[in-house]
Amino acid sequence: MTPQNFFQFDLNTRKMNCQGEWNLASLAAIEEALKKTTFPQSGALAIDGKGVTKLDSAGAWLLNEFFKRKKKLTTHFENFSSAQQKLLAIIAEKTKEPLTLPPVQLVNFFGRVGKRVYLEWVQFRDYLAFVGQLTMAALAILRHPSQIRWKSWSGIIQSSGYKALTIIALLSLMIGVVITYQMGLQLRNYGANVYIVDLLGLAILREFAPLLTAIMMAGRTGSSFTAQIGSMKINQEVDALNTMGVSPAGLLLLPRLAGLLIALPLLTIWADIFGVIGGMLMANNMLHVGSYSFLHRFQSVIPVRSLILGLSKAPIFALIIASIGCFEGMKVSRGADSVGRHTTRSVVLAIFFIIVADAALSVLFSKFKL
Amino acid sequence: MTKNEIIVDVKNIKTCLGNMLVHTDVSFSVRRGEVFAIVGGSGSGKTTILREILALQKPVSGSIRIFDKEVIKANPATLLAIQKRIGVLFQQNALFSSLNLLENVEFPLKEHTKLDPQTIRELALLKILLVGLPLSAARRYPAELSGGMQKRAGLARALVLDPELLFLDEPTSGLDPNSAAELDELILDFQATLGLTIVMVTHDLESLWRVTNQVAFLGDGQVLDVSPINEIIKNKQPLIQKFFNGPRGRGAQEAYGN
Repeated sequence: MTPQNFFQFDLNTRKMNCQGEWNLASLAAIEEALKKTTFPQSGALAIDGKGVTKLDSAGAWLLNEFFKRKKKLTTHFENFSSAQQKLLAIIAEKTKEPLTLPPVQLVNFFGRVGKRVYLEWVQFRDYLAFVGQLTMAALAILRHPSQIRWKSWSGIIQSSGYKALTIIALLSLMIGVVITYQMGLQLRNYGANVYIVDLLGLAILREFAPLLTAIMMAGRTGSSFTAQIGSMKINQEVDALNTMGVSPAGLLLLPRLAGLLIALPLLTIWADIFGVIGGMLMANNMLHVGSYSFLHRFQSVIPVRSLILGLSKAPIFALIIASIGCFEGMKVSRGADSVGRHTTRSVVLAIFFIIVADAALSVLFSKFKL
Repeated sequence: MTKNEIIVDVKNIKTCLGNMLVHTDVSFSVRRGEVFAIVGGSGSGKTTILREILALQKPVSGSIRIFDKEVIKANPATLLAIQKRIGVLFQQNALFSSLNLLENVEFPLKEHTKLDPQTIRELALLKILLVGLPLSAARRYPAELSGGMQKRAGLARALVLDPELLFLDEPTSGLDPNSAAELDELILDFQATLGLTIVMVTHDLESLWRVTNQVAFLGDGQVLDVSPINEIIKNKQPLIQKFFNGPRGRGAQEAYGN
């Protein structure tokens, strides 16, 4: 568009005749045109708005702003409609001070690291306090077993345990197949096919079943704990419970903790079974170890101790998942964004600490020669 | 662009939500420059009709035209063209919680204009000032703003594209009387200076008296009356009488009616 479309400037009469639509849609074009026109650097300038069909706040802003930059030039508006005059006046009033933002305080590298470390420390301290509170609440409820909310417990067991059966079964079956395949390739070279039973049994019962089930549950259940409690927090449901004298710990947190504490060991046994079945199927196919000889050898070489050691990890993992999930949920404040951030944190932290705990337990078991 | 041009035209809208018939036959039209209020008891489908006008929800039958273009069966391009000319302030403000105030207000400009970042920033800051927020709030996140400030922020975002038509869903709900009154004044100011047409859903009897030109009363699934506030209160229809002649209705009437 040519400058003539929006205004004509007459140097002799010092008059600028504006016309057309001075709105957001044509803002860039008008600004371009204004920049191309040479205006006098000082003196007076009349801006005539007779031909302006539309003037919105963006147009009014441009008109004000552009001529404000030429400090020695005094402008006045004429022939604008009364509403347009009013708009121009409001905009002029509001832009008297330059539109600048408050400065952002930049923190240097050490400052950022320090802040991060401090915040993580505070988080950790809060987490410990949270665990303490939960423990106290649990003890208080144990003294009055009539207050236990069995219904909530069973609901959690159903949603985090029963409904996870298929996915855990499928996952364990495949893990059994995969491990057998990889180990079988090596064993076959030595003709030690039948030793697959020893290897698979120990690997599944002691490590894979508890660890993978826990990781799966951290993703499936831990995240849902955080998201549920977090949304309730935002919706002030948690506050509502507090004002009604119902402790959120008893209604929301402990059932989740207890439910997972019951569900996870059961799921681990379930995973043990399907992991071994997966391995058995693969051993039959690939290594020609029939299921009869597989099971026969299984009961003679795999001690019950392995099963118990594996299962003993499950309650620890359950406590990690549920306490982190609930803690992050209770930490949610302000808005949807926060729910997402805390849910991610909950899963990442839970998986991290599951693996840390698993490593620590391995060291512990080896020290006691278990 | 005549003064009496109809810019929102709702005809024979019928809506079912689940098994419930919300609107049997709703029709009204809004003319340019009006402040048009939709009122009615709870559950009368005020917000539903607003959502339908905004194409967030589809009615069973009927027609809705904005700027003389059909909304219900509009293709995406037509709809976008309409959407660029309207602004909406939602009941809960619907500010993006992951963006700060300035970014929230800049967002429509960034999406729909090709202006340079500096201009976008200044226009957004101008809108923030126009709705009466301090510049120091620009970098704060929605959750760090008070309810009244959030409302203003939502209004700034709704106005940033300089729309011709503004939709307000219960703009004064949840505000203290002072903030509500200030918001009313703000709405009147914008309407006068920017030539806005405003469609609002409200319960607030004081703002009905203070800012509106036309009031449409929804009840029994239809529009029972459309008239200026001082006439609609004289309507003998029992639902309307109950709405306006309760103790609160009469208070507002005494304060503004004369």
